[in-house]
Amino acid sequence: MLYDLLIAPFAEFEFMRRALVGACTLAVGAAPIGVFLMLRRMSLVGDAMAHAILPGAAVGFLLSGLNIYAMTAGGLIAGFVVAVAAGLIARATELKEDASLAVFFLISLAIGVTIVSMRGTNIDLLHFLFGSVLALDNQTLVLIALNTTVTLFGLALVFRPLVVECVDPNYLRSVSGIGAIAHLVFLALVVVNLVSGFHALGTLLAVGIMMLPAAIGRFWARDITMMIAVAVASGLVASYAGLLLSFHASVPAGPSVILVAAVLYALSVLFGRVGGLVQQMIPRRHLEA
Amino acid sequence: MLSRRTAIAAVLLASLSAAPALAQEKLKAVATFSILADLVKNVGGDKVDVISLVPPNGDAHVYSPSPADAKKLADAHIVFTNGLGFEGWIARLVKSSATKADIVTATKGIKPLKAAGGHSHGHGHSHDAGDPHAWQSVANVKIYVGNIRDALVARDPASKATYEANAAAYLGKLDALDKEVRETIARIPADRRRIITTHDAFGYFRSAYGVEFVAPQGVSTDSEASARDVARIIGQIKKQKIPAVFLENVSDPRLLKRIADETGARVGGTLYSDALTDEKGDAPTYIDMMRHNIRTLSAALVG
Repeated sequence: MLYDLLIAPFAEFEFMRRALVGACTLAVGAAPIGVFLMLRRMSLVGDAMAHAILPGAAVGFLLSGLNIYAMTAGGLIAGFVVAVAAGLIARATELKEDASLAVFFLISLAIGVTIVSMRGTNIDLLHFLFGSVLALDNQTLVLIALNTTVTLFGLALVFRPLVVECVDPNYLRSVSGIGAIAHLVFLALVVVNLVSGFHALGTLLAVGIMMLPAAIGRFWARDITMMIAVAVASGLVASYAGLLLSFHASVPAGPSVILVAAVLYALSVLFGRVGGLVQQMIPRRHLEA
Repeated sequence: MLSRRTAIAAVLLASLSAAPALAQEKLKAVATFSILADLVKNVGGDKVDVISLVPPNGDAHVYSPSPADAKKLADAHIVFTNGLGFEGWIARLVKSSATKADIVTATKGIKPLKAAGGHSHGHGHSHDAGDPHAWQSVANVKIYVGNIRDALVARDPASKATYEANAAAYLGKLDALDKEVRETIARIPADRRRIITTHDAFGYFRSAYGVEFVAPQGVSTDSEASARDVARIIGQIKKQKIPAVFLENVSDPRLLKRIADETGARVGGTLYSDALTDEKGDAPTYIDMMRHNIRTLSAALVG
């Protein structure tokens, strides 16, 4: 009975095993990225990026037709350009990061729509580019694994300056130039994660598995390392439980994983140890006891 | 030196000499998608200029019209739509373009099938409008052709004889096509007349010709498959030994490849459901499309 409920879907169907491996692998890399994005108040960058990659995908389409690799590569380049340009403007001028990102993603989207319409087709390029967690082939799984590996090594390299940047960007700018480099490396990792996430899992799941676990982690830890650990763990739980929900309750897979994460988030808002609603109502009592 | 008066006279003369051409101007027709445009072209012949709003290989389910489309509608004398909820965007476009054209629903008189019937239980969604892909049965297309002919005659009675002759000739071709489809399917063993395809667009084909289609998505290309749907289809392929899965020109092929890999079913090639290809493709006209589909089917199922 319990076996049928929890294990049989994965034992019986290969596509379920692939979905689980893909979603979990992505969660391991995406959750820490999400935590840093949240701390930098850039939580909406994922959705902006989903549109910003359109001109790259469109150019890839113009050059080589409906070739998913050309389109993904184009999307990566467009994403990099938007993220780096927005990051540089934000550092060099008074404009805040979110505003300059909004500007660049809208410009990028406009260019993309123009390029697509010049070709006179109405195939929804983004729809074509965005994959489904239920349809992971070997190449896509390798891509996700590669992406997570690069992300984890990249984060390890720039971890310290990145943390300092989150807390006090002006301090690091005054003592050395390493902050700018760390920032650009981080933006590059964001783009790589999102684009390969779109390619593998579709927009909703790629962005959701990045941001929801981060928001959950915020309610359980003050220390950034613990926050990341909680985020990764809740990402893994949401992936597993979400796929089961999709299997048993016939809910589309992407929304299903996100809904499970949403339940975890609601519980964290209520009962989280750091700033949860219940904890706020009985202030400090359990700390003194 | 040209005076202003002579210039005006020249312009007037030029417009006068253009006038006879205006009198013979062709009827401007707009069809919402490429298959319908092909049918109108066949009935209208050289009396009618047809434009398709959704281009070849485009997906009419999720099409978003441009201002140029509104202009095409405003300039048109007659507009053909499929109806049955196929082009959800057309009603608003007609209103915003303020066109004075006749709006013709080509499926008038066709008994709609319930959308996504048969094996799609456990799907959890219902459609009131019925399955719009009525052209997948040649018998229905004969009704389309009748509707198109009547609408053209009503708009342009002077060319009545041409339209009727064109329609009669095309109906003859459709009869031959219908016969060809039935004969080809008769050659496929009855227990092998089952395939999987990406979006459920072949309901009319199934009910007219007796080939079973199973789809991993709902009837519209919008909806995303759940893990349960995919598992159900994989289970069904294994149990019923379904020989082949097919791709369409407007859907995401990756899911279908995954299903084929997992079951050992053959990927049987591309079927065209909602859109024709351009001139160079396999299916530039409706008749070519049906021929291509039926040959692709029989190649995968007979072998």
